[in-house]
Amino acid sequence: MNDTDDALVLGGEKFASRLIMGTGGAPSLDVLDRALGASGTELTTVAMRRLDPAVQGSVLDVLRRRGIKVLPNTAGCYTAGEAVLTARLAREALETNWVKLEVIADERTLLPDPIETFDAAERLVADGFVVLPYIGDDPALARRLEQAGCAAVMPLGAPIGSGLGIRNPHSIELIVEAASVPVILDAGLGTASDAALAMELGCDAVLLATAVTRAQRPELMAAAMRSAVEAGRSARLAGRIPRRRYAEASSPSLPRFA
Amino acid sequence: MKVTINGDAGELPEGATVAHAVQSLTAMTSGVAVAVNDVVVSRGAWESTSLSENDRVEVLTAVQGG
Repeated sequence: MNDTDDALVLGGEKFASRLIMGTGGAPSLDVLDRALGASGTELTTVAMRRLDPAVQGSVLDVLRRRGIKVLPNTAGCYTAGEAVLTARLAREALETNWVKLEVIADERTLLPDPIETFDAAERLVADGFVVLPYIGDDPALARRLEQAGCAAVMPLGAPIGSGLGIRNPHSIELIVEAASVPVILDAGLGTASDAALAMELGCDAVLLATAVTRAQRPELMAAAMRSAVEAGRSARLAGRIPRRRYAEASSPSLPRFA
Repeated sequence: MKVTINGDAGELPEGATVAHAVQSLTAMTSGVAVAVNDVVVSRGAWESTSLSENDRVEVLTAVQGG
């Protein structure tokens, strides 16, 4: 894209890349490292877990080497209390007040719990966090979270890791129309066209992990996602033609024969 | 003194601090955070925060996820 000023502004910081990556699901740190490089991402999520002395190498080393900003999440939390504690531990460990707030309702669907998420968001905003909440494709909840002071809203396209793409594009459009904070399509994307669609619908960025880390060739899929996000963003800014029921000739209608 | 560190029952000498509990797991000090009984203990307070019998110590770090 030629418009070099088209940066994503999130939490007061500028990002040239609109592709936010997750790190879950990669078969090794080496594969992850190369995929992150190919994605061009500047912001990448990590989870917080009990320290295991047996584990060698850290995802943090990979991010540090590549100069990628770390975005801790609260994955695995089922209550607002757990999520707030996890965010505070992440702030202490990683020296960032950014958090991807994720409070899930049940293990089978991994769908976000809106009540617990909203409760945690209010508490974290009050505690000075830059809160990026993962939510269902619910325009009303998105608006409430924005009013509560969240720095973005992150509606899902489909359940985490499902690769089903964007199941309800209409709701995503409604969220985009109403939001004055960035809308980041998070979860459910399966392939490049899903990421392009998210951007065409007007999302400001996408966050994905599994689609890349569990692809047969993660590095190649990361590059594909990078291109798709850029293409989708350009298409959104370019303004697509309206859909028509019938053909509209693109050649002049003058007679071909005198 | 019995304390629980990351879910495992452990034994630390009387007067042990949060710093001792962390050292029992790892030599790392950066990229690590500690909660005692669900309250965060900031790194600057590890040496000065004494543990008590039956405290639950959680030592967390960042892993691949999300």
